[in-house]
Amino acid sequence: MKKVLIPLVLFMGLVVFLAVGLKRDPREIPSPLVGKPAPHFTLFTLELGDAKFSPVDMQGQVWMLNVWATWCVACREEHPVLVAFSEKNQVPIVGFSYKEIQPQDPAYKSPFDDKLKLARERSQVWLKRHGNPYVTSVMDLDGRVGINYGVYGVPETYVIDKAGVIRYKFVGAVTPALLAEKVLPLIAELNKS
Amino acid sequence: MKRLILNAAFAVGMSLAAWCVSHVAVAQTTDLRAGREAVPMADNPKLEARLVDISQELRCLVCQNESLASSHAELADDLRQEVRELIRSGKSDQEIKDFLVARYGDFVLYRPEVKPLTWVLWFGPFLLLVMAAIFLGVYLRQRRALAAPVPMSDEARERAKQLLKG
Repeated sequence: MKKVLIPLVLFMGLVVFLAVGLKRDPREIPSPLVGKPAPHFTLFTLELGDAKFSPVDMQGQVWMLNVWATWCVACREEHPVLVAFSEKNQVPIVGFSYKEIQPQDPAYKSPFDDKLKLARERSQVWLKRHGNPYVTSVMDLDGRVGINYGVYGVPETYVIDKAGVIRYKFVGAVTPALLAEKVLPLIAELNKS
Repeated sequence: MKRLILNAAFAVGMSLAAWCVSHVAVAQTTDLRAGREAVPMADNPKLEARLVDISQELRCLVCQNESLASSHAELADDLRQEVRELIRSGKSDQEIKDFLVARYGDFVLYRPEVKPLTWVLWFGPFLLLVMAAIFLGVYLRQRRALAAPVPMSDEARERAKQLLKG
């Protein structure tokens, strides 16, 4: 009798193993950047003129970087969550507008200044309509800074500490639960140190 | 009836063949496309050859089962561009791979480095093979023991002799 059960137990073990594998999200790739200094960049911001932003500007405070674009559908789903979160003023969120002008866009090949102007316009209109959770938003038009941050899907969210070290990265739309259970405790801890 | 089955089998075979052909064709156009994209830089075929070499070893993060060489995802385009520039700036293949691993993790490599974290990945299958071999050995030995000939008693031998004589 016992001998009959052995294959059954082995089989059940295999089933559990495979079931766990099925449930895991293959898009959840651990970022090697967590624990490393946030890569340096200087980019134009959303505001008109020559205003620029660099992560150094945030030195000494805990902040969040949120990768977004007006063409990104998941961002639309995420946005109200971020707006509500920002209204509590717990942490400054810097927007990171990733490749606002897409290659299939007729404006893609136009000169940099024209692209920047168009991207700013579009982003501002979008933020006016959906609410603006960002203290500022930087414009990564060609996505090269995004590569340094290992961006491979929009939206993505980073938590960066006072010393400028990336402490957390999340790919996909953040949810109120994620913010309450993971992000807020982390920010509180980072603010203490 | 038999004919019907044969016909059906033929039809299935043909459609399978057609499917294969069409997919091979797609794969070829993919390669051609990659070539055409490269035209602006074709003044340096050596660079392009190295780009293909390197990017075949790298995974596209957007469509995870495609290599960076064959993917059409936008990010793959950007990354190929980045690799081109790294090649131009005189970086070695290893340095380029390290550059991408630093940003996207071991996941971008189709052949992850052998290190404690990836030991299970590299050696796990062999371990399973060895375990299976041991299991098979033990099992065969047990079975042989079960089927071992029972020594004949003198009495039985005598009886057999008698029967053969008879």
